[in-house]
Amino acid sequence: MPELNLTSAPAHLRHGSNIGQPLTRRDGVLKVKGQATYAADNHPPGMLFAVTAVSGISRGRVASLDVVAAKRHPGVVDVMTPDHKPPLAVDPEIKTNPFVFRMEVLQSDEIRYANQPIAVVIAETLEAATEGAALLAPRYEVQPALVGLDAGESFVPPVVGVGNPTELHRGDVEAGLASAEKQIDAIYQTPPQYHNAMEPHAIVASWDGDRLQIDMPTQGLMLSLARIAELFGIAHDKIHIRSPFLGGGFGSKGLMAGPQTLGIMAAKLVGRPVKLVLRREQMYGPVGHRAPTRQRLRIGADGEGRLTALDHHARTVSSTFDDFYEPAADASHTLYAAPAIRTSHDAVRVNTGTPLFMRAPGEATGSIALESAIDEMAWACGMDPLAFRLKNYAEVEPISGKPFSSKALRACYEQGAARFGWAKRSLQPRQMRDDAGFLVGWGVGTATFPALMFQAQARAAIRRDGSGVMEIGAHDMGQGAWTALAQIAADAVGLDIDRVEFKAGTSDLPDAGIAGGSAHTATAGAAIHSAGAAVIAKLADLATNDERSPLFGAGNAGVIARDGRLVRRDDESRSESYAEILARAGVAEVEAGGTGAPNPAAMEEYAMHAHGAVFAEVKVDPELGQVRVTRMVGAFAAGRIVNPHLVKSQLFGGMIWGLSFALHEEAITDRRSGRIMNANLGEYHIPVNADVPPLDVITVDEHDPHVNALGIKGVGEIGITGSAGAVANAVWHATGVRVRRFPIRIEELLTQS
Amino acid sequence: MKQFDYVRPATVTEAVAAAAQPGAVYLAAGTNLLDLMKGGVSRPDRLVDVTHLDGLDQIETLADGSLRIGALVSNADLAHDPGFATSYPAVAEALLSGASAQLRNAATVGGNLLQRTRCAYFYDTASRCNKREAGTGCDARDGENRGHAVLGWSESCIATHPSDFCVPLVALDAVVEIEGRNGRREIALDELHRLPGNTPERESALEPGDLIVALRLPPAARGFSAHARYLKVRERTSYAFAVVSAAAALRIENGKIAEARLALGGVAAKPWRARAAEDVLRGVAPTADAFQEAAWRALADAKPSGDNAFKIELARRIVVRALTLAAAGTPARVPALPASPFASTSGAIHA
Ligand SMILES: Cc1cc2nc3c(=O)[nH]c(=O)nc-3n(C[C@H](O)[C@H](O)[C@H](O)COP(=O)(O)OP(=O)(O)OC[C@H]3O[C@@H](n4cnc5c(N)ncnc54)[C@H](O)[C@@H]3O)c2cc1C
Ligand code: SF4
Repeated sequence: MPELNLTSAPAHLRHGSNIGQPLTRRDGVLKVKGQATYAADNHPPGMLFAVTAVSGISRGRVASLDVVAAKRHPGVVDVMTPDHKPPLAVDPEIKTNPFVFRMEVLQSDEIRYANQPIAVVIAETLEAATEGAALLAPRYEVQPALVGLDAGESFVPPVVGVGNPTELHRGDVEAGLASAEKQIDAIYQTPPQYHNAMEPHAIVASWDGDRLQIDMPTQGLMLSLARIAELFGIAHDKIHIRSPFLGGGFGSKGLMAGPQTLGIMAAKLVGRPVKLVLRREQMYGPVGHRAPTRQRLRIGADGEGRLTALDHHARTVSSTFDDFYEPAADASHTLYAAPAIRTSHDAVRVNTGTPLFMRAPGEATGSIALESAIDEMAWACGMDPLAFRLKNYAEVEPISGKPFSSKALRACYEQGAARFGWAKRSLQPRQMRDDAGFLVGWGVGTATFPALMFQAQARAAIRRDGSGVMEIGAHDMGQGAWTALAQIAADAVGLDIDRVEFKAGTSDLPDAGIAGGSAHTATAGAAIHSAGAAVIAKLADLATNDERSPLFGAGNAGVIARDGRLVRRDDESRSESYAEILARAGVAEVEAGGTGAPNPAAMEEYAMHAHGAVFAEVKVDPELGQVRVTRMVGAFAAGRIVNPHLVKSQLFGGMIWGLSFALHEEAITDRRSGRIMNANLGEYHIPVNADVPPLDVITVDEHDPHVNALGIKGVGEIGITGSAGAVANAVWHATGVRVRRFPIRIEELLTQS
Repeated sequence: MKQFDYVRPATVTEAVAAAAQPGAVYLAAGTNLLDLMKGGVSRPDRLVDVTHLDGLDQIETLADGSLRIGALVSNADLAHDPGFATSYPAVAEALLSGASAQLRNAATVGGNLLQRTRCAYFYDTASRCNKREAGTGCDARDGENRGHAVLGWSESCIATHPSDFCVPLVALDAVVEIEGRNGRREIALDELHRLPGNTPERESALEPGDLIVALRLPPAARGFSAHARYLKVRERTSYAFAVVSAAAALRIENGKIAEARLALGGVAAKPWRARAAEDVLRGVAPTADAFQEAAWRALADAKPSGDNAFKIELARRIVVRALTLAAAGTPARVPALPASPFASTSGAIHA
């Protein structure tokens, strides 16, 4: 991989401090020129190609594989099967902690879901490996597949999502419902969805004795490294992973995936470097997905439109062999001030790859159901849906009673509504038409996502020439970490961004935690901030303790790091450059580490969430039922905005995903075989440019002193929430038809004309 | 990938000879065929690449006023040919509503006509499919089939033909010129695609080695240019196959419909010419009632093949709308969102 040369990009805007500046992506030019090296772009000498053969059935076992035919094919070097594979140090079925998910690495001939890898063909060319895999012509012993939300006996899982309680309640929901003047009792369904990152899961693995070099996109360098070390029984320091760029991850690259492990095994088997890249259709199975849900919402309200109770139950699925439960009902914990709230989940097991985190796991599925139900209740109460939301505005977190660390949602509603022109909305549905006769509908949805923090470390240094270094094994999934974290780094060491060598994306750097939960900028940023402060403190020690320095004795008054100089806080005429300080001290560089971590005391005291309000306009053909979103405005309050440019891109992406959730995205599962029938980007619909209207994003000022030192909340996932509901509600407002199965399909809107 | 021979014949005669061998298929732009090969759905022994044959990429007006389009003309070149959209607006609109700009740039006229069904079970080699492998069964029949046929289907196969281009073509009586082992012949496009019956594996009237060399629009086809539209309802604004589509073309004289042409897409294994509907429109005024009556006639024989009853009602509504739009007159330019119900939206973003 060529050295990353991020700072050779064209000059970017910068005035004053780095944080808060709308810098363009520092890796943009590399990407546009095709010079950004993604995992599959690597081609070490002697490399072979591996192709997985995958199961055509979703339950049973492999009865036979024609390994002889595959091996006879010209160019095929070896065929890895359950009978012929390098040993692993631990059983991949053993769960050492809840974040270790079971994976299929040819440990047996059992088939648990369609598209499960059942063999790996290794060949001199991709074509030979592909044909070798086809020649395996597997025969199966088939068992009836478990498919769908009613596949079997339901059960209550011990936890949902990432260790959340399955059931939670506050107040007496049944009494609240019984006393209610208006009641809504409705069932909403969301389909299975697949992450479909542009870049497929890929790996290039090379063994050199017991040393292992890996190129692989990952959202969790150290988690992956630890899993590889465990599976292959080698020390952490023998493994080096490079993951400078991801072509999207959305949660599917958070943990080591089975096929990537197979790539490492294949390299070991043949003793040569191996590349394994999943084909698009092979991604519909072993690399996670968003589970389908069926959610029942029961809501009560009094005569004045105040909620009396909110009961949110979600049915979901997990695989037959592992546990991940989409925490859809949890979306009802934080938004609306119902005096009684209950959330609960149950599940069935089906023959599927284990579902996983997918951009806003739980929040996305739960939000579209909750926002639809709230809208239904507003209508039942005869109230404008925004007025209804404001009436039930939560001043404290409803489920816990805790105050919010900050919450500028009211401003989001106000600014969003003003920009959108909400005041002109008709209360009744099916009242608005445009000049061409299309039905016009306006909908609103509230966005919410927790402000999380994980654990991260960073290392900072100031060099003799006065430049800085910041090292952190952070991940750029396309969201812009190369830029946003470098901005934080520059401010942390008081230098211009081009004077800081920012290193990220490899496993030999300090652990940046996982790039997920919308917490990467906050967590990695906090570590960078603290490492920067620590290295500046060391530098300050050198200066303030040295009587030859103009800063001598400033220890108590303190110094500020700015533009490569330390400046005495109480007397700005006294300052010294980093280079001068280090030169005089005769040291090549000073170095210090820092950490980012959640603050348990603050978490105990405050509920921490980002918020937003999304407004959507749709047009619907009154006879033909085709829907088009024509305008969206989203106003979001997410703490400090590190880079407005990148933040808007994240929010745009989220809003488009929300639109997609409401109108397009669905994995179509054959009800008998459990196979996904549209496992390609032609037929698994996501919005194309013509589906995406002009989007307007407002970032509402929010100062949060509690979430972390920098006041950052995440923006990666919140855009989906609220948006999906806003679009669905706009469809109702346009047509008068309340569709409760997502995505909304043409046939559901044909009922009336 | 399976090893195969690749031949690039110099003449049409050589091409026909090469393709007449068992296991040989023609390769045009490959936007359909190569996908099928990568998925293991088609496993030919020999590809006969026709893209370098001379003389098949011309668009010419013949002495009798017909338009002759070479089989290798790209979908995009045809749609953007000066004059083509003016004379055959519904055809241009259909072409531009298909696939994506990139695909249209590559895809050829011949390949579009002969593209295979998008039935998901046909593409999924783990499923049973009579079309892919004769006599194995049809997993779509009781499967996920809301997109499948409502006209002309059989118990053996309920797939649809996905082409947009073919729909207005069949309405306009297009003719296909074929070069085969026994020389040249021509057939009506309406006879090119076969309904499944008991032999869904036989999709067209072509014999081994038959090469489509050109497509012809007869002189009368121009007569509809003032009132011709294509309308395509799909699940996103662009880059999706039709749920149902219709081409409507009218010749209006003195306020009455002198002649009507109507065809439906996405409903059957072939582009579906609705002659009974055309008949009721002849000689009547272009009114909403007349169009309703035509829609009922067009779908009179329709029946659901699965979870797709909605397509019948949708098709009726599309017929009415397409006829209404056609009666209102062809727009001066192909809309920015070709064939979309939202085509008329002002400020439409280009598809
Ligand atoms: C993602 C995607 C979306 C699409 N969306 C649409 C859509 O919305 N609407 C639509 O109409 N189409 C759509 N298409 C299909 C597209 O129009 C066809 O793939 C294309 O027209 C095929 O042309 P080609 O030249 O690439 O044919 P090829 O793929 O080369 O050939 C297709 C078939 O025709 C045969 N063939 C080709 N030329 C001749 C000839 N001259 N004589 C005899 N046989 C021949 C080949 O043997 C092969 O069987 C889509 C395709 C894709 C991949
Ligand atoms: S509908 Fe036709 S193409 Fe589809 S599976 Fe059945 S036989 Fe095959």
